Amino acid sequence: MDIFLQQLINGLVLGSVYALVALGYTMVYGILELINFAHGEITMMGAMVSLAVIGALALAAPGLPGGVILLAGLAVAIPVCMALGMLIERVAYRPLRNAPRLAPLITAIGVSIILQNIAMLIWGKQYIPFPPILPQGRHDILGATISDTQIAILVLAVLIMLALILVVQKTRLGRAMRATAQSRQVASLMGVDVNRVIASTFIIGSALAAIAGVMVSAYYGLAHYYMGFLLGLKAFSAAVLGGIGNLGGAMLGGLLLGLIESFGAGYIGDLTGGFLGSHYQDVFAFFVLIAVLVFRPQGLLGARVVERA
Amino acid sequence: MLNSSLLRSRWFSFGLLALGLALLPFLIDAGLGRSWVRLLDLALLYVVLALGLNIVVGYAGLLDLGYVAFYALGAYVYAWLASPHFGLHLPFWAILPLGAALAGLFGVLLGAPTLRLRGDYLAIVTLGFGEIIRIFMNNLNAPFNLTNGPQGINLIDPVQFGGASLSQPLSVFGYTFSGAHLTYYFFLVLVMAVIFISMRLENSRIGRAWVAIREDEIAAAATGINTRNLKLLAFAMGATFGGLAGGLFASFQGFISPESFNLMESIMILCMIVLGGMGHIPGVIFGALLLTLLPEALRYTGDWQRSLFGQIYIDPADLRMLLFGIALVAVMLYRPAGLIPSARRRQEFADAKA
Repeated sequence: MDIFLQQLINGLVLGSVYALVALGYTMVYGILELINFAHGEITMMGAMVSLAVIGALALAAPGLPGGVILLAGLAVAIPVCMALGMLIERVAYRPLRNAPRLAPLITAIGVSIILQNIAMLIWGKQYIPFPPILPQGRHDILGATISDTQIAILVLAVLIMLALILVVQKTRLGRAMRATAQSRQVASLMGVDVNRVIASTFIIGSALAAIAGVMVSAYYGLAHYYMGFLLGLKAFSAAVLGGIGNLGGAMLGGLLLGLIESFGAGYIGDLTGGFLGSHYQDVFAFFVLIAVLVFRPQGLLGARVVERA
Repeated sequence: MLNSSLLRSRWFSFGLLALGLALLPFLIDAGLGRSWVRLLDLALLYVVLALGLNIVVGYAGLLDLGYVAFYALGAYVYAWLASPHFGLHLPFWAILPLGAALAGLFGVLLGAPTLRLRGDYLAIVTLGFGEIIRIFMNNLNAPFNLTNGPQGINLIDPVQFGGASLSQPLSVFGYTFSGAHLTYYFFLVLVMAVIFISMRLENSRIGRAWVAIREDEIAAAATGINTRNLKLLAFAMGATFGGLAGGLFASFQGFISPESFNLMESIMILCMIVLGGMGHIPGVIFGALLLTLLPEALRYTGDWQRSLFGQIYIDPADLRMLLFGIALVAVMLYRPAGLIPSARRRQEFADAKA
């Protein structure tokens, strides 16, 4: 088996999931300059809700094809997460829009604690397995294997990202979003309903998070009420790596972080002569992140901000 | 005449406060039980931590999400030098300063490469640093056993004064003080010292320079403030307090593992200072006490449920964090500048709103 190609495939799959979650962080940050700490928890909610639906359907109608069950799960999870995202923005962030920067960060932390514990009360503390409804096919490419699930994740992620770019670049809403990101005041003077635009941003980001949550649980075969924390952390790191506030940056950062992690896990033992094992893969990821930021403080694709008094 | 009476009344209230603080563990012991005295000890420890982070975040305005790394360093230094792990049993007065100094050194090491970063970029780098330290502590049981991995280090020596140990009851004039009470007084003295240092810093040339950097770094540099050195100093001072608290934590618990030093801990300490009122010493102290004691108090929700509905519907251990999250959001919505904000913060907030 070709290790390099295998790690490349694994890294790309993982990275595309990170990228989807990172887009949610970066869109909100671009418009509000707010770290939406609860975004990882929305991803978790997406995974949990879809798993609940999928589990129930797989029991109730075992004859249904796996794809239909999965779509049903997504069809419930996406609106639930959209509603959650909108609700969180409305209740926890909008009243604090002009408050000191750290106040909404604390409410965001509060909201993520609330979501985690609601999920724990509903679904318990145990890992929830993903039912084996999806085709388990594996394909050999040049000595590496890629599963059907991995192909589906990659294709879906690319399609969603293309759709998002189209929305942001070509539609009226996208133009309003870009205008609001540049200047909320001027945008509102030009007749943009800023509140509606911000709410839409949260809704779109939450829909992406829901899809990413389903992808993660399908990929790893399980979900857990605490899964959103580390996932959100890594996705936010990815967004910062690419240059926060920049859509292309979030995609690039997500893919890079996925690749760094997977190559780090594969090669860190060889690189350090066996001194550091693969459980140091997160150290590797954070180390690269720090190194990039130290030399390029605005992130890879972020615009250099001119400092003015 | 007026002056001396003012002085007398100030000394009077000071004496009253001192008496109250001295009697507090006995009142709590009698009213709530011994476990609450230990909790009070822990709360004092968090006051030290929160005041330390307050220097970095509250005074200098540098958002540090990896603060717990310095706490961990102090704790591990104490554990290495005063436990059977390496067979060393040095006295606390030698180790505590050493751990604090090492943590301070790491504060500079972290601060130096990150000086160019602002706001959230700094937050994510410090967060990464905290995670790196935690992962190393989790895995450095091979090739040589430095941290004993996830099992952590056990049987750490308690703080000892001469023959008296803070984990053993001590009899003085026929009255027996429990270990928790003795720890309380020891921690109280240290908290007083940290409060004193914080107050003096706040009103010093350095403290004013930090406020200037926080409010406008470029303007501060233009007025001749050496922003690089002062930011490094803030990191170092905050980290030193973190290292000190870590050493105290190790001696107090007698056991440490990487589990105690995760990111959630950093976030909790940040919540303490933001919730209480950033950059304002009484606010920070209040926030630290509140956030340490509130989750424990919420364990009583089981009793409330029983008295209200006749049975327990939700396990209080599961419910308390949910209530805690709701409390965090509610406090921030109604008092976004913190529960006890400083006058200057309130002004900054009013300016931002206008």
